[in-house]
Amino acid sequence: MAMKQSVGKRAGVTILAWVVAFLIFFPILWTFLTSFKSELDAIAMPPKFLFFNWTLENYAEVQQRSNYLHYAFNSIVLSIGANVVGLLIAVPAAWSMAFAPTKRTKDVLMWMLSTKMMPAVGVLVPIYLLFRDLHLLDSLWGIGLVLMLLNLPILIWMLYTYFKEIPVDILEAARMDGASLLNEILYVLTPMAVPGIASTMLLAIILSWNEAFWTLNLATSNAAPLTAFIASYSAPEGFFWAKLSAASTLAIAPILILGWFSQKQLVRGLTFGAVK
Amino acid sequence: MGSIQLKSVRKSFGAVNVINGVDLDIKNGEFAVFVGPSGCGKSTLLRLIAGLEDVTSGEVLIDGKDATTVGPSKRGLAMVFQSYALYPHMSVRGNIAFALKMAGEKADVIEQKVRKAAGTLNLTDYLDRKPRQLSGGQRQRVAIGRAIVREPKAFLFDEPLSNLDAALRVQMRVEIGELHNVLKTTMIYVTHDQVEAMTMADKIVVLDRGSVAQVGSPLDLYNRPNGLFVAGFIGSPTMNMIRGAPAEKRGAATIGIRPEHADISTTAGEWPAKVRLAEHLGSDTFVHADAEGIGALTLRLEGEAPLKPDQRIFVTPREANLHKFDKEGRRIN
Repeated sequence: MAMKQSVGKRAGVTILAWVVAFLIFFPILWTFLTSFKSELDAIAMPPKFLFFNWTLENYAEVQQRSNYLHYAFNSIVLSIGANVVGLLIAVPAAWSMAFAPTKRTKDVLMWMLSTKMMPAVGVLVPIYLLFRDLHLLDSLWGIGLVLMLLNLPILIWMLYTYFKEIPVDILEAARMDGASLLNEILYVLTPMAVPGIASTMLLAIILSWNEAFWTLNLATSNAAPLTAFIASYSAPEGFFWAKLSAASTLAIAPILILGWFSQKQLVRGLTFGAVK
Repeated sequence: MGSIQLKSVRKSFGAVNVINGVDLDIKNGEFAVFVGPSGCGKSTLLRLIAGLEDVTSGEVLIDGKDATTVGPSKRGLAMVFQSYALYPHMSVRGNIAFALKMAGEKADVIEQKVRKAAGTLNLTDYLDRKPRQLSGGQRQRVAIGRAIVREPKAFLFDEPLSNLDAALRVQMRVEIGELHNVLKTTMIYVTHDQVEAMTMADKIVVLDRGSVAQVGSPLDLYNRPNGLFVAGFIGSPTMNMIRGAPAEKRGAATIGIRPEHADISTTAGEWPAKVRLAEHLGSDTFVHADAEGIGALTLRLEGEAPLKPDQRIFVTPREANLHKFDKEGRRIN
């Protein structure tokens, strides 16, 4: 009896999980399907789910109208570059907070987190003016800097939680073995933290890839990543849903594939520290 | 060379004083053991010598030179941690070689020294394994190998055997003792186990609440403890402490008598008592008895003693082996 009940319960939970997963996934699926419709099918009422004339014309036109590779290249450079630089700052910062904390360390961590709670639009104008005066508008360096600073609190927080799990004895052993601080971080801490660093990087890259507010406001063409590529299809003529969907599909495909292959790492990254 | 001196060393964590002004002189080649109950500051004292903690005041001298502000990596000391603290991502070879790499030794010199250390410690067959593939005793050996390969001025051991099972602990105790005989390098060893302290040390430093209670050779401490704390801490089973009339009669506030320093008779003696329990170990018999007007006594008899619970006995302390203490717990004889 108890066995049967638990099977029923498990079936219920499984169905619920699938429903929730489907709801979350549906917009992506719909975008994907729409990208193969004609513009007319795309706005048809009632909506056409699978039975329409499948076509690749949207992809062809998107290719013709704009240079996908240019945007994709910017996205890659920005999301990887910004986070590699961020990591170079975050590893030493997280080291000092995890292994040489002061009375103020907790406050600093909370303060860093609080910057993520502030609405970005609140500082748009000052940042825009700064960027204009420093000639950083629409430059990879400028956008990269913003993305790096945007993710830095997350990088430091995640690495801090991860480093906290590493026994301090091992770092002290390295010090007794004559390792300088740099060697201790380079040869002992970093290799031990590779799984944590990898999942942190992965999450940060995905966040940077998807970041739209700053990239849309500070870049127009030269440094514009894929977010701008999508946005360009909702431009003056009105919405062309099918083409917009094709552009979106192209923009999210790389990061979706990356996420798919690294989902184990990602889940670990998002939950570490939660369970000892 | 590897002499270590501490001059009025103090350490506080915030308002808590962990070490209250310790003066200590450890000579080159000596095997010194810091012993005391948990929380007495023995590990902290070792970490101050290592440089892993900064002293609040006082001086640490290594080979006569002030090392108080020198970082741990520059003091030339090696440390073996309770948790082994091996580098989990490196092989045994990598672990042992790490310090030599940091010192910038040539690859062939490193390999030669690693092989020699591995040979000494029976680790040659395990050089390519990772720490997680080793048993507790092997990990401990790697930790020791990592220390000896550097030829340090002194070895610091922080309760290195407390994670091992009893049989292995005895074996490693002997191995560390032999290592000291071969290397003749200064060793400082922290333990809460007074048996380890008694068996290994040239010099025992007994610590009590952040201060040195007594320094001396194992037998010094056993035969002439300078106070109640050391008297009670060194020796197993512990010394019997007797207050009241029997002590006053001998001009002391407390008298101490080791379990083996009393004679037992079934017919006559100074203190009438009743046997509570007799533990027969073969080589010895431990007798737990209740003495009238005195309380519980633990006595040790050589060989087999045919004593049974509730049997009446008489206990007579040997006057020559009595320890007398005043009201403040200081030795007076």
